[in-house]
Amino acid sequence: METILNFWNWLGENFILAQILIKIMAITLPLMGLVAYFTYAERKIIGHMQVRMGPNRVGFFGYPLWGLGQPIADAVKLMFKEIVIPTGANKFLFLLAPMLTLGPALAAWAVFPFDEGLVLADINAGLLYIIALTSVGVYGVIIAGWASNSKYAFLGAMRSAAQIVSYEIAMGFALVGVLVASGSLNLGDIVMAQQGEGGLFSWFWLPLLPLFVIYFISGVAETNRAPFDVAEGESEIVAGFHVEYSGMAFAVFFLGEYANMILISALTALMFLGGWLSPFPASWVDGVWLLGDGFHWLVLKTLIFGFLYLWFRATFPRYRYDQIMRLGWKVFIPITIVWILVVALMVLGDVLWWA
Amino acid sequence: MSFEKFLFYAFSAVLIFAAVMVITRRNPVHSALYLVLAFFASAGVWLLAEAEFLAIVLVLVYVGAVMVLFLFVVMMLDVDQAAMRAGFIKMLPVGILIGLLIAGEIFMVVGPGTFGLDQVAAPERLPADAQNTAVLGSLLYTVYMYPFEVAAVLLLVAIIAAIGLTHRRRGDATKYIDVAKQVSVRKGEDRVKLVDVPSEEKMELK
Repeated sequence: METILNFWNWLGENFILAQILIKIMAITLPLMGLVAYFTYAERKIIGHMQVRMGPNRVGFFGYPLWGLGQPIADAVKLMFKEIVIPTGANKFLFLLAPMLTLGPALAAWAVFPFDEGLVLADINAGLLYIIALTSVGVYGVIIAGWASNSKYAFLGAMRSAAQIVSYEIAMGFALVGVLVASGSLNLGDIVMAQQGEGGLFSWFWLPLLPLFVIYFISGVAETNRAPFDVAEGESEIVAGFHVEYSGMAFAVFFLGEYANMILISALTALMFLGGWLSPFPASWVDGVWLLGDGFHWLVLKTLIFGFLYLWFRATFPRYRYDQIMRLGWKVFIPITIVWILVVALMVLGDVLWWA
Repeated sequence: MSFEKFLFYAFSAVLIFAAVMVITRRNPVHSALYLVLAFFASAGVWLLAEAEFLAIVLVLVYVGAVMVLFLFVVMMLDVDQAAMRAGFIKMLPVGILIGLLIAGEIFMVVGPGTFGLDQVAAPERLPADAQNTAVLGSLLYTVYMYPFEVAAVLLLVAIIAAIGLTHRRRGDATKYIDVAKQVSVRKGEDRVKLVDVPSEEKMELK
């Protein structure tokens, strides 16, 4: 243990880039594994909601094991499929688009604090960085739609562009509320601002309840998931922006989509449900194993929102396009603007949470 | 050459390359995408200048919102290349003249006579925990309060003007959805109509 620590410090002093690279791997590899098994969870959970079994054949070493080998089998299958590039497509942009979807979804984790002080880049403007990167993710979809040289793909891209730009505003305003409440743009400080004697009642979800709900629903819309998945819209425009994609290029789109879903879930947990804080007041669980603050609470909260994503998909019919626009512009944005004022007044008036 | 200097020149080179590509590409979509690259590169330069708030806001506002809408429009345009290039040689002298004028003006403002380390001392390095956002915010809301508010009002006027110019009702020929009416529909009385149908006579089998 001592030698490993010494080596780590030596690495940090002499080869800081190598140290950062190792940290990036430590975040990205488990995330990719989580993405793979998130697709498995999706099929299994929606299967059970619809009284089916879900995948249950592919296991390991000849045992089915409830189909746990399915994501790996899917990945291997997609890797060996041919990538078809349509005639008249812009080859460079066509292949760049999937990477532009995945890249921002991974880069956003750089400022994400997993526990107190456990963060890759502890920057002051962390919240701004997250908003900026989630807004860049739309380029993958737009460029994919345009470079495919296909009408269906193009229609999907147009829908997606308008939808994401609209919901980004509501999302940004919801985060302005968090910023007002916590008085900081640093994600770690935002979590620490939610610490209090009330346990789970000290978190921001209670005073910022409308913003909390709006943030998560806008997050669902931002990630193009059901019931806001008009960009794909199988029943209307085949598969939307990724009709022309096959093999690994297609899979990278889905890696990006699921990585984005996990990111939005984790961010909602971080900003409204106290991140790694324990739901019990600190004085009750001081020193009790597992009940105190810790990384496992963050995982648990993230999984709750991940489950909500799947639940929405299994139960809600797809929105009509004009209703999506109405919800974004005429319902969410006015509510967020009003609630930012309410939060500002609560902070100034030293109400409960800010006493 | 220090690493920071290397980064500065790398970002600047990408910025100049992207800016040149923006005005030379034939395809307007490619031009727009190079403009996005130019914004990213200038955000990198601003980060090196310790203006992280401005850098991130540049990406957020211009790359995340403005350019998306730009691409949205440009992708749907059917640009006639021949018409765009008509009279290129005839207009070239005027273009060169205007270009030289702008270059001259820029040179007068940031030329070697008014700019450089001997004219303006290098600013002190900020400490690691400096809050660029907080400093900018307190300046905007104290020293530059009135210009800031005037800019905000101007933007509001622009929004109202843009909506006023483009918003029109197309008369009775177009059907509009009244959302309030849709939302207030009740399942019982509005959607389902219960009709009393007399049961049929029992058929006699002969």
